[in-house]
Amino acid sequence: MSTQTTIVEKVQEILGSAVVDMTTSKGQVTLDIVKEEIVRVCTVLRDTPELAFEQLIDICGIDYLQYGEGNREINHTGPRFGVIYHLLSVTKNHRLRLRVLLDDDPPAIESVADVWSVANWFEREAFDLFGIIFDGHPDLRRILTDYGFIGHPFRKDFPLSGHVEMRYDEEKGRVIYEPVTIEPRTLVPRKYAASDDQPATQNREGRDG
Amino acid sequence: MGELRSSTINFGPQHPAAHGVLRMIAELDGEVVQRLDPHIGLLHRGTEKLAETKPYNQSIGYMDRLDYVSMLSNEHAYVMAIEALLGISPPVRAQYIRVLYDEITRIRNHLMWIGTHGLDLGAMAVFLYAFRDREDLIDCYEAVSGARLHAGYYRPGGVYRDLPERMPEHQQNDRISAKKLKRLNEDRQGSLLDFIQAFTDRFPGHIDELETLLTDNRIWKQRTVDIAVVSPERALQLGFTGPMLRGSGVEWDLRKKQPYEVYDRVDFDIPVGTNGDTYDRYLIRMEEMRQSVRIMRQCIEWLHQHPGPVMVDDPKVAPPRRENMKGDMESLIHHFKLFSEGYSIPQGETYQAVEHPKGEFGIYLVSDGSNKPYRLKIRAPCFVHLAAYDEMAKGHMLADVVAIIGTMDIVFGDVDR
Repeated sequence: MSTQTTIVEKVQEILGSAVVDMTTSKGQVTLDIVKEEIVRVCTVLRDTPELAFEQLIDICGIDYLQYGEGNREINHTGPRFGVIYHLLSVTKNHRLRLRVLLDDDPPAIESVADVWSVANWFEREAFDLFGIIFDGHPDLRRILTDYGFIGHPFRKDFPLSGHVEMRYDEEKGRVIYEPVTIEPRTLVPRKYAASDDQPATQNREGRDG
Repeated sequence: MGELRSSTINFGPQHPAAHGVLRMIAELDGEVVQRLDPHIGLLHRGTEKLAETKPYNQSIGYMDRLDYVSMLSNEHAYVMAIEALLGISPPVRAQYIRVLYDEITRIRNHLMWIGTHGLDLGAMAVFLYAFRDREDLIDCYEAVSGARLHAGYYRPGGVYRDLPERMPEHQQNDRISAKKLKRLNEDRQGSLLDFIQAFTDRFPGHIDELETLLTDNRIWKQRTVDIAVVSPERALQLGFTGPMLRGSGVEWDLRKKQPYEVYDRVDFDIPVGTNGDTYDRYLIRMEEMRQSVRIMRQCIEWLHQHPGPVMVDDPKVAPPRRENMKGDMESLIHHFKLFSEGYSIPQGETYQAVEHPKGEFGIYLVSDGSNKPYRLKIRAPCFVHLAAYDEMAKGHMLADVVAIIGTMDIVFGDVDR
């Protein structure tokens, strides 16, 4: 298994200006790709023999609307939506993560369904849950939500309890939709660790003796 | 004679052969499938969104309910993702326990699969034999976690508790004779490890029994050989992983290629198919069960010799001991904080995958530094495999459609999430 750094260097050498940013988290590298270049980038990554990313493992959307909200140390500015691609090479045994940030409204990006067939359903899912449009997708329908569903449920401004609930109506003799009756609530508030946070138990150990 | 041969039929959402809630629109030319359009999402519970509203350690239970026939493998990927972000690793004993239980889960899953796959194709007896052994594995789950199905046994930093020293015995009641009770409790006189040891001793013989029923069975071969052939190139394109990919002749197993926990310390082989058809995938899964038994034996041997902690010694993620909580106010507060507010995880993102019985099960976790995941994405193998349904079924007879559902090993908790 070749090391992550050599792959990343190779990728950057081949792709050049298509890579705008690189972040490393826990030893895994994320490359930020220019939106317009995504199909070319994916094709190159798949077809370059040294990289050989034959498999697309996952595509998922992400909504950065509330990223770091309530934390003064993280100031997230930038596009709201992103699409994240996880690639895997079976022959070379390495992985890579690509990220494309989308700033238009509605967010749109070109489909990679022609590069990897598996992208078809992944892109339908990201469209359904986040409302990201994949141009050139062969069949961009909703996939997980109900027939006739309105909205994109995984967006951060979509309430957890949803907008409608359904039940069987005896009088009408059919299933009806009504505005949701449960109130949104937060069971556990979001909390950020203070930078000088002590492990909770140091005091405890002291008391035990 | 009518000239119109093409017809569109609806299948499901409730159908015994659908393995859950699958609705399917099939376009047929006579009895030959032209196009299949699976409609999924009938079991969509929004697990990812739910997990984003809860502290990290409160979502382990949701993971059980994804692929609800291989619970601990789902949990495994999730706790691995949390551990990666926290930068901790569980003690070696916990890693061996996880490997042992992953393999128990694999056998459980494959027994469920062979039972229902057989049932779909008309082999009734297989189901009964498979569930006999599955019952013992459910008891193994129950002995460590108290739950027979949704264990919730893996925790970030280790496992919930060490393997019990005594295996619970069946109790006397009116419906059970003393003779039968004695037979049922024969293997339960020692510890859990002894019980699993006894299982690994008798189970290979039981796999032989299952194979006697199917492998050379003429009807079984007629129903599976050359059904849903997938070439290695297409398998890669379609994102296949696990037995589906290996059936097409690609030697790929995360346990070998990107080992996690202690898989690099145990000996086992990866079965690979040659034809990429339903029969090959059947043979692979049968062989995988034998290999799982092999791994389990090595784990048992190691676990017998190496007692030790099963939870990381980091009070930030590990709850205090129950005895301390009885007499020590600080421990009580600590326990309350840990299970209500949870712990904050440093900013970052990670993708962790395990070799799930069905394929690659991955968790992509993004943390913005708070006590809840910012984004959790579950990469479910069944979702990917079901996406290839149309391509696999095209040109086959309607009766083969159920054979293909069986060979994909679909579970709807996993597809719909």
